[in-house]
Amino acid sequence: MDIHDIRALFTVIMFVMFIGIVFWAWSNKRSRAFDEAANLPLNEPEQPRVEKNKEALQ
Amino acid sequence: MENQNTYNYKVVRQFAVMTVIWGIVGMLVGVIIAAQLVWPQLNFDMPWLSYGRLRPLHTNAVIFAFGGSALFATSYYAVQRTCQVRLFSDRLAAFTFWGWTVIILLAAITLPLGLTSGKEYAELEWPIDILIAVVWVSYAVVFFGTIVKRQVKHIYVANWFFGAFIITVAVLHIVNSAALPVGLFKSYSVYAGTIDAMVQWWYGHNAVGFFLTAGFLGIMYYFIPKQVGAPIYSYRLSVVHFWALISTYMWAGPHHLQFTALPDWAQSLGMIFSLILIAPSWGGMINGIMTLSGAWHKLRSDPILKFLIVSLSFYGMSTFEGPMMSIKTVNALSHYTDWTIGHVHSGALGWVGLVSIGAIYFLIPKVFGKSEMYSTRLIETHFWVATIGIVLYIVAMWIAGVMQGLMWRAVNDDGTLTYSFVEALNAMYPYYIVRLLGGLLYLSGMFIMAYNVWKTIAGSKPAADAIPQTA
Repeated sequence: MDIHDIRALFTVIMFVMFIGIVFWAWSNKRSRAFDEAANLPLNEPEQPRVEKNKEALQ
Repeated sequence: MENQNTYNYKVVRQFAVMTVIWGIVGMLVGVIIAAQLVWPQLNFDMPWLSYGRLRPLHTNAVIFAFGGSALFATSYYAVQRTCQVRLFSDRLAAFTFWGWTVIILLAAITLPLGLTSGKEYAELEWPIDILIAVVWVSYAVVFFGTIVKRQVKHIYVANWFFGAFIITVAVLHIVNSAALPVGLFKSYSVYAGTIDAMVQWWYGHNAVGFFLTAGFLGIMYYFIPKQVGAPIYSYRLSVVHFWALISTYMWAGPHHLQFTALPDWAQSLGMIFSLILIAPSWGGMINGIMTLSGAWHKLRSDPILKFLIVSLSFYGMSTFEGPMMSIKTVNALSHYTDWTIGHVHSGALGWVGLVSIGAIYFLIPKVFGKSEMYSTRLIETHFWVATIGIVLYIVAMWIAGVMQGLMWRAVNDDGTLTYSFVEALNAMYPYYIVRLLGGLLYLSGMFIMAYNVWKTIAGSKPAADAIPQTA
């Protein structure tokens, strides 16, 4: 096996890995975890504390 | 007061404000050199003001000072909020800000003095290159240190894009800047001839792919869902988008060297990978835009959302145009013409500029303890001024570029050139004036932004958001 075979093999391995990622991403098992992940930026306390303090005073 | 139980907003505030200031500086230099192309005497016969020295100052200022500050600000903000921890090290974060500022100032001094290593987008000489490497590695330590100590299990997709951008830019910068110093202000690349050109454009195109794309896609994946108030359209698509984009971009560089001494197979490889890039680019664009699905009406009333979503339209346009221009037959016409300049600015002003501006408008009130920007109407004005500016700019450059390409290749029956170079240059005048006008509009939008930001933060108290004590 010379260097060119290894290079070709590397390309094939990368391609197979990519197809693997696609199947993994679309598998039903991941569905709930991805929903949670997608909501990560949204499920956090939003209002700056300064504003909250103001509201508490009013 | 900020303490260890709050997020580190200080460094975010610093970078957010500097984004606006460096934006004005970099775009002002751009307007000056656009004017010099119409009226060459505007260099006043001073070497420091000559086009060849100011042009790298413009590109460095808008890419690394304006774009870089926007990326530092947004990545530091998003990584803290999505990991629900304070930044890894306050000192190191402060060092990245001051280090980056010193680098920009050194660039602003050395480039007009004519000190350059001659590599496009990597002009700075070796002592500054070393400082860049140190600051960038510190940035990586702060960013990944924050990810390591995160309170939530999952690493949100925006952080994947920011992370890829940080790692890749470190590798690109260090490899491409490898040089033999022959004095404090002079060095020679360690690569020779065609290899040097290939390393340079491997760097150059991945600076586009990772600095100007992956980083700003990180902005898209955090700030668009935040502004819309809905999760990203498809998280699955975002995962595939990430791996497809980062594994394809690396190979597209040779399209900058079509019809040069680069081996033909490498040119074709660059073209093919550029064409493949349409898929991940458009996948990402669709993912961002479709996040608005069911909430399109928000686009009418929310100018920040206009910035973010229209930036994606320009992203889609330029990532279609780029692959087309990499096709050898098209490249034979477009290369070395103003079409390339138009393409770059549709990406730079349209995608990078608008998405940064939108994110900064989102960020400023959050980190300065305000509920919203001083004036929403001024944001709306800024949006329209900037958009009209971009359209004038890119349309002018399309026409100028295609005309140049056609005039340069026109031959008479006896095989002589139909037009001299100066004749083609002369035909550019009206389009250079329109381009100048477009640039002026875009710059004036930045002044509107600066006023709005000034009014928002004047008299404000720095926000100190508590980190949720859960998980």
